[in-house]
Amino acid sequence: MVSGESKYFFSRTALMYVFMGHMKFEHTQPYEDHFWEKNRIGLKEAWVEKIDFEQKSLTHSSGERLNYDILVIATGSKPNKFGWRGEDLRGVQGLYSKQDLEMMEANTSDGVSRAVIVGGGLIGIEMAEMLSYKKIPVTFLVREKRFWGNILPREESELVGRHLLEHHIDLRLETELEEILPDSEGRVRAVVTSKGEEIPCQFVGLTAGVSPNVDFLRGSELKVNRGVKVDAFFRTNIPDVYSVGDCAEFETAPAPDRKNIEQVWYTGRMHGETLAHNLCKKPVRYRPGVWFNSAKFLDIEYQTYGIVSPVADADEVKDFYWEHASGKICFRMRMDCKERILGVNNLGIRLRHEFFDRAISESWPGEKVIAGLQSANFDPEFFAPYPIEIQKAFLSQFGGSFQPAKRSFVQKLFGASV
Amino acid sequence: MRTVEKIGLGLFLGGLIAFMTIPFLGTYTLSEESVMENTKDIHREKMSELLAPMYGQQYSSSFSFMSAFAENFDPYNDELKSQQLWDQVIWDDYTFPLAKAALQSPVRDSPWLFLGLSIGLAVLGGFLYNFRRHAEELPGIKNNGVFHSSMKNRGIVGMLTGSLLIVFYIVLYWFPAYLVNLVWMVNPISEIISGGPASQWFLYGLIYTLAILVMGFRMFRKYRGNRYQQLRTASVMFFQTAFAFLIPEILVLLNQPYYDFKNIWPLDYEFFYDYQIDAFLSGGGVGMFMLIWGILLIIVAVPVFTYFYGKRWYCSWVCGCGGLAETVGDPYRQLSDKSVKAWKFERWIVHSVLLLVVVMTVLTIVNYFSGFALLGNVTNQLHSIYGFAIGSVFAGVVGTGFYPFMGNRVWCRFGCPLAAYLGIVQRFKSRFRITTNGGQCISCGNCSTYCEMGIDVRWYAQRGQDIVRASCVGCGVCSAVCPRGVLKLENGPEQNRINEMPILIGNDSIKIKL
Repeated sequence: MVSGESKYFFSRTALMYVFMGHMKFEHTQPYEDHFWEKNRIGLKEAWVEKIDFEQKSLTHSSGERLNYDILVIATGSKPNKFGWRGEDLRGVQGLYSKQDLEMMEANTSDGVSRAVIVGGGLIGIEMAEMLSYKKIPVTFLVREKRFWGNILPREESELVGRHLLEHHIDLRLETELEEILPDSEGRVRAVVTSKGEEIPCQFVGLTAGVSPNVDFLRGSELKVNRGVKVDAFFRTNIPDVYSVGDCAEFETAPAPDRKNIEQVWYTGRMHGETLAHNLCKKPVRYRPGVWFNSAKFLDIEYQTYGIVSPVADADEVKDFYWEHASGKICFRMRMDCKERILGVNNLGIRLRHEFFDRAISESWPGEKVIAGLQSANFDPEFFAPYPIEIQKAFLSQFGGSFQPAKRSFVQKLFGASV
Repeated sequence: MRTVEKIGLGLFLGGLIAFMTIPFLGTYTLSEESVMENTKDIHREKMSELLAPMYGQQYSSSFSFMSAFAENFDPYNDELKSQQLWDQVIWDDYTFPLAKAALQSPVRDSPWLFLGLSIGLAVLGGFLYNFRRHAEELPGIKNNGVFHSSMKNRGIVGMLTGSLLIVFYIVLYWFPAYLVNLVWMVNPISEIISGGPASQWFLYGLIYTLAILVMGFRMFRKYRGNRYQQLRTASVMFFQTAFAFLIPEILVLLNQPYYDFKNIWPLDYEFFYDYQIDAFLSGGGVGMFMLIWGILLIIVAVPVFTYFYGKRWYCSWVCGCGGLAETVGDPYRQLSDKSVKAWKFERWIVHSVLLLVVVMTVLTIVNYFSGFALLGNVTNQLHSIYGFAIGSVFAGVVGTGFYPFMGNRVWCRFGCPLAAYLGIVQRFKSRFRITTNGGQCISCGNCSTYCEMGIDVRWYAQRGQDIVRASCVGCGVCSAVCPRGVLKLENGPEQNRINEMPILIGNDSIKIKL
């Protein structure tokens, strides 16, 4: 396993927690250091600069060479930069790698009285949370009309937007970055927005998505488009060379509801699972199951199962949406026109993966899903019984023949109320 | 930091400094009467003769008093020991009662004042510091800066705190004579509750309870919005205050045996000691009830409750050691060692302690019913070894003193024989598990980091496996800190409780038959 990023495998998703002092970097490493040798996995700390596919050998930046029989390219992503003026100034950065984290620590160590984040996605909101740990005021530029509007339907998106404001994050919707202005020392001094406003800041986070980290492969005989081109078996155009994770681009999307490039933690893991199987046994096609994902927006957890697109044609789908009076907890079930479940979004409550994986893959009627919602509840014991509220709301909107679940005596006595 | 928090911290530190200064106040003058009053019949004559040179002398500090005591008393015992006249040696330690009797100090004269200045200020400061904590923040996880904190990440403040705790435990267990000022200080409270004078154990119990209450309040603030955490914190606060502190003292007031109704053998290793059994048997109906109650806890409550709810029903809802760990110890939970090596040590050590206490107890009971014909007073030797090594050093000095070094559950994890017993039930015959939510884990490591028992929760979660571990005390913090809603403490059918899932939910590429 060759990596220049860090000696041992770590969980990228946890970098923000290192910054905020919830964890030390070593805590992000899922395996103890002795794990690798014990399992006969050799580690090599190096940056690969060139690959000679003919000779089956890698050249590291140190000039050292390493031969292979089978090569798996899993080089991940890099933050998008769209050629903004000033995007390479000091104090301007994305957040993806361990090196980015270290840079961010250095960039925010002092003298930052305001930060601007460009791009309203998951990394952007993480960055905003990280900066507020350091009590640095954040202005958040989002191109869309709503936060994460290309993924979340309006209500969910507005819910998150309200939560951002609650955390004193200055959210600017429908605002893009025009250019980044330098000071005399080559450091960011301000940004100019598409609305012509100049916002003084000493840190700029570029979080407008990521793209495959494959530039070092371009120009070789390996077929590279946006990512490394692979088939459903993760095979590239060169024998014994495979590619998985964020950097792989499927010839044809693995499923109608999937993209050609899958850039999610879970898909990366599933690619790895499948390729490992294929290298050891009779190869199988990569067949992702029901889509799922999760995130955390500051204090609000988000999970999704199945497909809930942000805009939907009312003739084709029916939505059941419930939101708690606090405006911080919600549940949406997307159904087809025959009221069979297509997917759910839930914020502020936890729901069971296994339940929805089954319900969605078996196309349960919406009523059946809601009737069984209590068993899908994954909130800790004694939490408020939101599934019961959701059941009541469903009955009043769609009707149905089931009875809402009842709280047990102990839950009534000690549990939190809605 | 808000002003009220600054004031709170200031008051707390003031109280702490007063508490540490008070033992050095006053003078000591021993009289023959107090020697007669505080020694056993068989030692009375000898002691009063040995200590005669001290009568009427005023000692300006506990140190000079204790060294004078040693000067007059030790040669006598040493001589007997060198002649191997073991039965004539005075084994009883009279330093504490005699120092207590000899003390003349402003603390003894006005205990309420000093109580207010030390423990009172510390408690008040603690409440002030905590009562508005996180008020301007929204409910959520409050782990910001934990590893940037000197107190919580083995920095100089943490080291200092740990050292203070260790010193306190050493003095409390082996040199209580130096604490007589503090014991006099809490005397009036003891008089109110039990009608009797305070001992160093009353002092300890009082501080212990107050610490759980103040830091329990901190838990309420920290876990705003998490009913599970709040309830179990309220539960340990209640059990400590009522069952461990007040009820035993009130029993004494009512002329009944001192008994903590929620302390279970083998954590309560003295339960089957001869003097304890005698106390129960001579305690009439109440004593008999206590004996039967204690046995029922061991043979019925532990297996039944643990079957239905896991060992958490005791360890993080009822137990006093657990209560301290979950409140006072909470800031240190992230310091537990998660390595496989530590887990190996844990299993060997904790089960060895269990074995040791079982062997000791069986010998004690057999010996008791044979009228001490079988082993004589060998069991007493065993008791004192266990009491020293496990009861005092392990559970006290290491168990609590090491909070800032090794996390808040050192004793519970490596030493507690009851935890070992509960753990065996939990691992092999229980409905409890921590369920992993399908394939939602992102391997971030918050769960493992904040597991006070050093369980590498992520190891299971990232494989989609439920967590079934003997040591899990069910504190629920892994579930609380998980950013993706992956973990849930559950009681459910035993079937498939331990699940191997080579391929996680969400990947339909590979079907593996198990």
